[in-house]
Amino acid sequence: MFDILQSIVPTALFYSAPLIFTALGGVFSERSGVINIGLEGLMVMGAFVGIVFNLTFADVLGAWTPWVSIIVATAVGAIFSIVHAVASISFRSDQTISGVAINMLALGLGVYLTKLWYGKGQTDMVQQPFYTTDIPLLSEIPIIGPIFFQGVYVTSYLAIIVAFIAWYVLYKTSFGLRLRAVGEHPMAADTNGINVYKMRYIGVILSGALGGLGGSVFALTIVSNFSHSTIVGQGFMALAAVIFGKWHPLGAMGAALFFGLAQSLSVVGAGVPLLADVPQVYLLIAPYVLTILALAGFIGRAEAPKASGIPYIKGNR
Amino acid sequence: MANNKRLFTMLIPIISVLLGLSAGAIIMLVSGYNPITGYIALWNGAFGDAYTIGETIRRTTPYILTGLSIAFAFRSGLFNIGAEGQVIVGWLAAIWVGLAVDAPMIIHLPLAILASVTAGALWAFVPGILKAKLGVHEVIVTIMMNYIALFSANEIIRKVLTDGGTTTEPIAATASLASPWLQSITFYSRMHYGILIALFAAVIMWFIIERTTLGYELKAVGYNQHASKYAGMNVSKNIVLTMVIAGAFAGLAGAMEGLGTYGTISVMSGNINIGFDGIAVALLGANNPFGVVFAAFLFGALKEGAGEMPTGAGVPTELVDIIIALIIFFVASSYIIRWALLRFKKGEK
Repeated sequence: MFDILQSIVPTALFYSAPLIFTALGGVFSERSGVINIGLEGLMVMGAFVGIVFNLTFADVLGAWTPWVSIIVATAVGAIFSIVHAVASISFRSDQTISGVAINMLALGLGVYLTKLWYGKGQTDMVQQPFYTTDIPLLSEIPIIGPIFFQGVYVTSYLAIIVAFIAWYVLYKTSFGLRLRAVGEHPMAADTNGINVYKMRYIGVILSGALGGLGGSVFALTIVSNFSHSTIVGQGFMALAAVIFGKWHPLGAMGAALFFGLAQSLSVVGAGVPLLADVPQVYLLIAPYVLTILALAGFIGRAEAPKASGIPYIKGNR
Repeated sequence: MANNKRLFTMLIPIISVLLGLSAGAIIMLVSGYNPITGYIALWNGAFGDAYTIGETIRRTTPYILTGLSIAFAFRSGLFNIGAEGQVIVGWLAAIWVGLAVDAPMIIHLPLAILASVTAGALWAFVPGILKAKLGVHEVIVTIMMNYIALFSANEIIRKVLTDGGTTTEPIAATASLASPWLQSITFYSRMHYGILIALFAAVIMWFIIERTTLGYELKAVGYNQHASKYAGMNVSKNIVLTMVIAGAFAGLAGAMEGLGTYGTISVMSGNINIGFDGIAVALLGANNPFGVVFAAFLFGALKEGAGEMPTGAGVPTELVDIIIALIIFFVASSYIIRWALLRFKKGEK
């Protein structure tokens, strides 16, 4: 039992981290009233930038490379998401369509530039990915230490910390209140002097930053290179986590951890007596099936922010 | 005003395509390629000879059907992002019947096609019923259904249709849409009879929308749900029916790939994108069945022509994906194009 936990928990954490970051981005965007189907594309962008930066600057920055890479990917993700923000907030385009276009654009650009700069469809393996470490002090704790804090990625815990920060920002600050107000009832917010457009831009750009971060963490912990098949559906899984977590930062974190666990079980499940007989496919589709059930109200009602998906036009009732 | 509106509906797709192609040219310039050489290669890759024309039409075929699927749903105000998954289940069902059934062509081929249509319709029935009965947003459900389709299909290919393999055996000739005659006039491209089915499907969609009570009701629900309800229409029945018909079109697109182009189905690593590209097709075709046929042909040509760009001009094929994404942005942001056109008109006066 102990050995099983020791193999499952770190793997689950390691699969969850990118999902947590990206799902938190989704929470910010949707809470401000902009649907973001483009999370997948934002992750692709983050993965691409993270890998390219890492390959380019590994000699200069040494051990700091992965950390600088994810910061740069975060910045580029934020900038890239402005496209979605402009289209869906200022140009009033259908947010779902804009998100689909973001997904296509990110993958097209990423692979195009990869071919342009490296002359082939996939990059080399990065020299400076994230490595597993033991968390100092905490890994010394008997029983808990080996399970949770040995051989893990620091990024996994960073993701959990960011989730709590996101919860604090959304629920305990006036900024968060404004952001939520704009997603629930933009007109009322506008009447009270909140700049709806500005808040929504911030929401989408935050989702871009966190999506870029999620994508780069995924690339630098799990795959170590970039090609058209680096990110295949993780963004949509993060979207599922947003909904399954009821548009709440901690809920999204819980859902992402749960989905990460399902993924890790499909990887290490063969070694677990109870799970060895369960066909992998059930674990693979579990996140999506559960999300549909949650939406249908079989697992508690998931209610989207009321104004999510509706462009705000000043003066229209 | 009505005339103006029609003009805009025609102009916006055309302007969007031109803007997309211009952006593509700028990207090529910035990357140090010659855009003229690039676009000549694109043209040759799509229409250079009989073979490429055949391949362009082959590629257009499923695009027509996924485009129709999404356009049909849009007409009643529903967004079917799930064409992707519906194509996969349609493809799988068609191959399954093509492999498992032993019958003469007159029975076998229609049966395989019917299987794909049924599978696609069933796959879309789930989001339809959830939307109608519980008001669940169909966009999210259809996305989730895409992934359920992908993983389940892969499992069935590995465990049921093959013995742990990644590609099935080719289907029996009696279930194939492949056409030796069409192949012979196009230098052995993979063009097949499916194009006729796709064009016929466009006519069917036009007929449903424009000439039946059902189509009238679907449009009414799309314009105003509450008014339709007040007029005594059964809104929830219409929603389910729309999704089912949309799914049937997309499932048929899967049959085109399965029975027409490949004759097999392989394990998929991720999205196959025929469904997502269908969104672009529906948008550009302004949700009109004949507009969809044109738009599908344009995207089919772009995608097929892209294959020639690396050899002809050194340009990566992904340029076309960027162009298509930009075209979607421009069409979706038609509000701003409309605004610019109006400004332009005012300036003339």
